[in-house]
Amino acid sequence: MTATKAPTEPPKQRVVRRPGDRIFAGSAKGSGIFILLVLAGVAAFLISEAIPALTAPSEDIPGGEGLAGYVGPLILGTLLGAVLALLVATPLAVGIALYITYYAPRRVAAGMGYVIDLLAAIPSVVYGFWGLAVLAPTLVPFHVWAADHLSWIPFFAGPASASGRTMLTVGLVLAVMILPIISAIAREVFSQAPALHREAALALGATRWEMIKMAVLPYGKSGVIAGAMLGLGRALGETMAVAIVLSGGAGATLNLIGSSNPSTIASNIALRFPEATGLGVNVLIASGLVLFVITLAVNMLARWIVNRRADFSGAN
Amino acid sequence: MSTETQSPVRVTKEPPSGSIRPRRRLPRFAALGLYVAGIALGALLSALTGFSIALTVIYGAILGALAVYVGSRVVEGRRKATDRLVTALVTTAFAVAMVPLVSLVYTVLDKGLARFDGAFFSNSMFRVVGEGGGAYHAILGTVVITALAAVISVPIGLLTAIYLVEYGSGRLKRAITFFVDVMTGIPSIVAGLFAFALFTLVFGNDVRLGVMGAVALSVLMIPVVVRSCEEVLKLVPNELREASYALGVPKWRTVVKVVLPTAVAGLGTGITLAVARVVGETAPLLVTVGLITGTNLNPFDGRMATLPVFAFYQLTQPGTATQAFLDRAWTAALVLIILVMVLNVVARLISRLFAPKTGR
Repeated sequence: MTATKAPTEPPKQRVVRRPGDRIFAGSAKGSGIFILLVLAGVAAFLISEAIPALTAPSEDIPGGEGLAGYVGPLILGTLLGAVLALLVATPLAVGIALYITYYAPRRVAAGMGYVIDLLAAIPSVVYGFWGLAVLAPTLVPFHVWAADHLSWIPFFAGPASASGRTMLTVGLVLAVMILPIISAIAREVFSQAPALHREAALALGATRWEMIKMAVLPYGKSGVIAGAMLGLGRALGETMAVAIVLSGGAGATLNLIGSSNPSTIASNIALRFPEATGLGVNVLIASGLVLFVITLAVNMLARWIVNRRADFSGAN
Repeated sequence: MSTETQSPVRVTKEPPSGSIRPRRRLPRFAALGLYVAGIALGALLSALTGFSIALTVIYGAILGALAVYVGSRVVEGRRKATDRLVTALVTTAFAVAMVPLVSLVYTVLDKGLARFDGAFFSNSMFRVVGEGGGAYHAILGTVVITALAAVISVPIGLLTAIYLVEYGSGRLKRAITFFVDVMTGIPSIVAGLFAFALFTLVFGNDVRLGVMGAVALSVLMIPVVVRSCEEVLKLVPNELREASYALGVPKWRTVVKVVLPTAVAGLGTGITLAVARVVGETAPLLVTVGLITGTNLNPFDGRMATLPVFAFYQLTQPGTATQAFLDRAWTAALVLIILVMVLNVVARLISRLFAPKTGR
């Protein structure tokens, strides 16, 4: 081992460190460190601007119930919309990923993947336009039906919104937006499932679904979970689509189909920030800090799952 | 691997002897036929209860999958039936995902073409209260701010990628990789708030500058640039570097003259896609750059107009001539989609045209 290694590793002290090398290596390293500083800076500047809101007496906060009373319903709205989106998008995304990797004809599969990726390229403000103009009116009959027949479930308590600009519609728009994120990662892990396992399953007489159930899904499970969490992070922070579609204003309510819904943190900032002054700005930034912490936690967990999988799988 | 002519085993049509039953199969297109029949039944059902496309799709998908399952179950047995059911479900999932994409593109084209004219691209909104006007100022503003964001992000992102691939090791490399990944998940509005907080601390309250928007977009763009450039640089074969070192070329010249030119197609693609990702960002510009009606191309002097913010305000705050505002909003959305699609196509072209010649 040492005999083969020695010639390829030149002794360090004899390497000439030219100025060009030092400058280049230094600037490369410096920009890497700079990125870490930026991330720390995001947190630091948000905290410094949020402090006035954290220390202000509770009657000065808009709503008059203190910061927790102001941010609480927003957190609920953010979580409601994002979780709804996740519940709708994850099964669909897994289906799409399976279709593209194992069902679609080989020749068109790559093109189909590209088409799904186009969904991710469309700007969120355009999704908002579409949600407002197309999806919301389309869903109104369903809102009415749900209010009539499902009102025993708290989520469909009603009365139904006449415009369709509800948390339910927002959840579906968000689901469309996070679909390509989840399906891209699911596609990647599904296609990496070991060919030997798959072929062994088929050789034992498994049908295609049994092969997928036994060889692909167990292998891709953590990837799907991570993709879903990345999608969740995106849905939590999504701003414009929610700001355009949702008719907010309500306090904490679980009703998904009413005409007034709890707003989300991000859309609340987008709608109020341009006109906010004084302490109002600080309160909004404090709510942004909460959003930052939530998404950071979700993303770190997702990345941790992805990386753990990368470490232990034979894929890399 | 033996080919068919060499194979000693001849495939016969007779069922194998012994206890194995001959396997009955559905004819080739029977499953598809059953599925279509189910959808037709669904359409009929929704026609009876008041026709609507959404109901047709829902009933059709359920009844189609059910028809395939029952048909296959009767003829082929449980396992095969489950397989066919899953095939139907998975295909349906893909088709369902296509619905919003098609609907969205159709809607934006349908509503956006109303004002897709010369005036939209040559007029600003200066002193326009009703009809007419355009997004000249907003399109240019988007170009300026996005270009500035690219000028900030590309050097930092590219150098970081070089560090990660060529120099990095140990804990710092792992930390940077991890936090770059985490950074891709920062909500765009938080990036906007960061830029706002940063410039507020430096310049005082109520500052609105184009460069603030560029900084906010950079926060979103840098991680994308790093990730895509890193992936591309990793693909450069190590032999090229070693050949360069063997000729006595210093490391930095190896990177600049050998590694980067080899990877230039991929780098261009990655950077273009990163630009495409931020060009449609609305929220960070909403809180940092604001909107004006006139043309301001100096990112260091006051508010600017940008296309996504323009579209947003045209839609949500229409004046008295509502339809004119809505038309402008939809056309702005159409231009935005075209811009993103063009950038995506350009990215593909770059990777095709500038790909290194392998000589093989």
